[in-house]
Amino acid sequence: MRQTLKACAPSPYPMAPSMTRVTRFIRESAEVFTFDLAPERAAPFTPGQFNMLYAFGVGEIPISISGAADAPERLTHTIRAVGPVSAALGKLQAGDRVGLRGPFGVGWPVEEAKGFDVLLIGGGIGLAPLRPVIYWLLRHRAAYGRIGVLYGARTPEDLIFGGELEEWRRTPDFQLRVAVERAGPSWTGDVGYVTPLLSKLRYDPADAIAMICGPEVMIRATALALEDAGVADSRIFVSMERNMKCAIGHCGHCQFGPMFICKDGPVHRYDRVRDLLAYREL
Amino acid sequence: MKDIADLLRHHPFAEGLDEDTMALIAGCAKNVVLQPGDYVFREGAAADSFYLVRHGAVALETFVPGRGAFTFLTVKSGEILGADWLIPPYRSSFDGRAIELTRAIAFDGKCLRGKCEADPRVGYEMMKRFIPPLLKRLQGARMQALGMYDAANA
Repeated sequence: MRQTLKACAPSPYPMAPSMTRVTRFIRESAEVFTFDLAPERAAPFTPGQFNMLYAFGVGEIPISISGAADAPERLTHTIRAVGPVSAALGKLQAGDRVGLRGPFGVGWPVEEAKGFDVLLIGGGIGLAPLRPVIYWLLRHRAAYGRIGVLYGARTPEDLIFGGELEEWRRTPDFQLRVAVERAGPSWTGDVGYVTPLLSKLRYDPADAIAMICGPEVMIRATALALEDAGVADSRIFVSMERNMKCAIGHCGHCQFGPMFICKDGPVHRYDRVRDLLAYREL
Repeated sequence: MKDIADLLRHHPFAEGLDEDTMALIAGCAKNVVLQPGDYVFREGAAADSFYLVRHGAVALETFVPGRGAFTFLTVKSGEILGADWLIPPYRSSFDGRAIELTRAIAFDGKCLRGKCEADPRVGYEMMKRFIPPLLKRLQGARMQALGMYDAANA
């Protein structure tokens, strides 16, 4: 099947959710869960785009799509239960209804990355928006150079996509390093901050594209480390989080300097947002 | 069989080090092999050595009563292990435990401190090699202390 990365045609009623049902629910860790939705109409999406998910009677939140872009008929989202809406979504079971709007926003530059070494750095739940990129890279492996993935989490118990991490670790020509902040004696992987592991990956900084998703403090530190290693700031892409409400750039809740995160992001080129990241007021 | 200076030459720590200094500090070093589970040093014990890890991995741990041992950093191939030998009272702050077969160059801390005292140029070379990784670990430890991945920060 030929792939398309065209964004979904805008709906004439972008604020009206369509009805979907949960078809599968997976508990990833104590706080994180993944569910699949069966949309009424499959809408193509780009890795990195997000949907607005509506827990009826509670509210609506933006959630990045964590499934494969070549299977839009099954929309997968991975969510950390941190607020009332995400907690309500975490109580759903297969067959329960969810309101859906989307996909929205600008995704990861998977086309632009062709021919480059690709580095993906995810922290915590930040691995979820990067998983569609991993699927994409593996499906189109020959189009890319070396692939390196760094993933940081609190503890081994907080790791998400555990089975797939093992699978990726065994995948030839695919570098994966996982670092946790603390671990018990049975953990034999890396312990520590995730950014220093960049030096353990094989890649050509002059010919690399990096994509980072995680807590903003991690994004800033990782982008600087990549620059120090010689990766051009125009080839570093970051996924930003702000208070997104309408998802179409109308309400202004997610304004970030001259941009709206929902419409101009969530994925941004680092050289275009670096200075803005330094403003605490934004 | 490779001598210590040969092993040292291939470790990132020695990059840019002149041959005389290499030979001088090699006089304080020996090759060691650690089996998985072997403790390299124990919390509270004399810190009389430091190590350049050639292959393998060592977990830095502390024991929390009722909860067991916690690893907060792993030190792997190409990295330095042990800093408590640098400053009095030369006492290990944590446990260091090999988590896989590990080969390392072990330095006698007292011997090396003596050579650094005798020749400040050697001391400066050592400082230049110790400070950057220690600073990076300090920065990493600060990030870890922030609880970056906690729900409030995610």
